[in-house]
Amino acid sequence: MSTDSPVVIDVRGLVKQFGSLTAVNGVEFDIRRNEIFGFLGPNGAGKTTTVRMLTGVLEPTDGTATIQGHDIRTEALLSRAHLASVPEEANVYLDLSLWQNVMLMGQLYGVPREERRRHGAELLDAMGLLDRKKQKARTLSKGLRQRLLLCTALVTRPEVLFLDEPTSGLDVQSARLIREIVRDLNQNGITIFLTTHNMDEAEQMCSRVAIISQGEIAAIDKPARLRSAMRSSQYVEVEFENGPPEAAALGGLPGVLRVQSDAGRTHLYSEQPGRVAGEVAVFARDRGLGIAHLSTCRPSLEDVFLHFTGELKEEAAR
Amino acid sequence: MSTHVETHSTWQRQAHGMLVIIKKNALLYYLKPPVLIFGILFPVFFFLAFKMGRPIAATNVVPGMIAMALWFTASAVGPLVTPWERQARTYERLISTPLSLSSIILGDIGSGLIFGGCLSIVPIIIGLAFTDAAVTALGLLVLGIVLGALSFATLGVLLAAPPAASPSNIMLLSNLVRLPLLFVSGVFLPIAEMPGWAQWVAPISPLSYAGDLIRAGFGQAPYFPLWLSPVMLIVFTAALIAGAHKFHRRWRAKGL
Ligand SMILES: Nc1ncnc2c1ncn2[C@@H]1O[C@H](COP(=O)(O)OP(=O)(O)OP(=O)(O)O)[C@@H](O)[C@H]1O
Ligand SMILES: [Mg+2]
Repeated sequence: MSTDSPVVIDVRGLVKQFGSLTAVNGVEFDIRRNEIFGFLGPNGAGKTTTVRMLTGVLEPTDGTATIQGHDIRTEALLSRAHLASVPEEANVYLDLSLWQNVMLMGQLYGVPREERRRHGAELLDAMGLLDRKKQKARTLSKGLRQRLLLCTALVTRPEVLFLDEPTSGLDVQSARLIREIVRDLNQNGITIFLTTHNMDEAEQMCSRVAIISQGEIAAIDKPARLRSAMRSSQYVEVEFENGPPEAAALGGLPGVLRVQSDAGRTHLYSEQPGRVAGEVAVFARDRGLGIAHLSTCRPSLEDVFLHFTGELKEEAAR
Repeated sequence: MSTHVETHSTWQRQAHGMLVIIKKNALLYYLKPPVLIFGILFPVFFFLAFKMGRPIAATNVVPGMIAMALWFTASAVGPLVTPWERQARTYERLISTPLSLSSIILGDIGSGLIFGGCLSIVPIIIGLAFTDAAVTALGLLVLGIVLGALSFATLGVLLAAPPAASPSNIMLLSNLVRLPLLFVSGVFLPIAEMPGWAQWVAPISPLSYAGDLIRAGFGQAPYFPLWLSPVMLIVFTAALIAGAHKFHRRWRAKGL
């Protein structure tokens, strides 16, 4: 992702209040062309509310954003013309056939008939739904409906695609298929805004992630950078053959910040896990202890997530 | 980038979108049970209930029955569409398309107008075939039906705005509004023969004016001056459209 690709979504100080509750509080970020931008946060953090403001469903209380240069408040129709969304828990029209669903959405966006038909057939084919195009959408399973929703979004040829938890509730295979499709789309030039709870998904797919907690952006960067920013949550995991020695002895090793033992495995937190691993090996040899397992671990995105969302909560409590 | 993208602010695009909405509604909602029950069974039931045990000259009854049927059919579609879309979780996707709220509202009104206008042909044919009633002023009849269907359909769309937990709540609301107005609008009894208090209430119902025009179309004496009824129906429609915009906008994101 080069930093000089054009900005597709530019969010400036978005605020949404529901009565006295501030669901989104001054959110700012920008997304460049061809990014897959992950939006992570615990339940109720304000993810869906942010997406709804960007897709023109909710009016912001304050602040604004542009999509392909069009202000969502003053040029709402033009900004919406560039995007398609798969809202959280949305559904297709169950009483229409698959084909009618896809054609209807194309028509609503004014896609010309020939293009709509050709592209619609391609999309249904790519999602493995072409054989069933005459069936009512009611007959589809949840995973297949989600694929059809994606078809109806894509037939409009969006430049920006908003996906609000697109894989939640799907089985492993359907989720993987959706992820593959999204990655392909991205390679074909579509910018993607992906809301998810799934850390692995965010880590695998996203060029950048924002972590939102209680309506505020807590962190925003490449997944790898976020992880390395948390050097103090790196650790060495060790398991001894005859049970762990007393924690104090391990905690006294040079470079170890903190010791945590759990079911025979000991985690030694350190900013220099490589060095600590060496120390552990020497320690074991000196004492004649056998090592069953020794590895260094980087923090997962989940650790990062917990770190940032937890930190904000502590601040709020203070 | 495809060429269709940057044209969405033009009225042609929005008008096309409105037609797509009308088509969508016809495909999805014309045959839904609530539309059939409140739009078709209701007027038939009221007709039978009224007809029984009353040896009134059928000729006098025909215009009232046409107006009554139009009242129910034209206002049956609107209250169903938005609540149904909300419950079926298709509404959020619909309002994030590059269609203005006006296009969606006008499309919904158009759906009711077409449904009511087309179905009003049934009581007209029955009336002409089985009674001595005859159309003496076709223009007035058509005017009454078109403007009546327009204002009734708009009322239906306005009633669809509140964020109800289920479509049946909105159906209840719409009947709470439609039934009382039905009885003060001179369809069963000419306004001139209604009790005094009802004569005072009649002018607040669009059905009174549409019924009057239809009656004039069948050569009966109108209650209101002939110029007043079309004007009032247009005023009603304009006010109801403004209300529909206001409340659909206010409650758009509620109950998604
Ligand atoms: N229409 C509404 N009226 C009142 N409060 C709302 C409304 N929509 C959302 N909220 C509140 O705003 C906050 C943010 O909700 P939002 O749906 O954006 O969270 P989220 O991050 O998408 O959560 P989840 O992971 O559960 O989907 C929550 O406290 C929610 O209860
Ligand atoms: Mg959400």
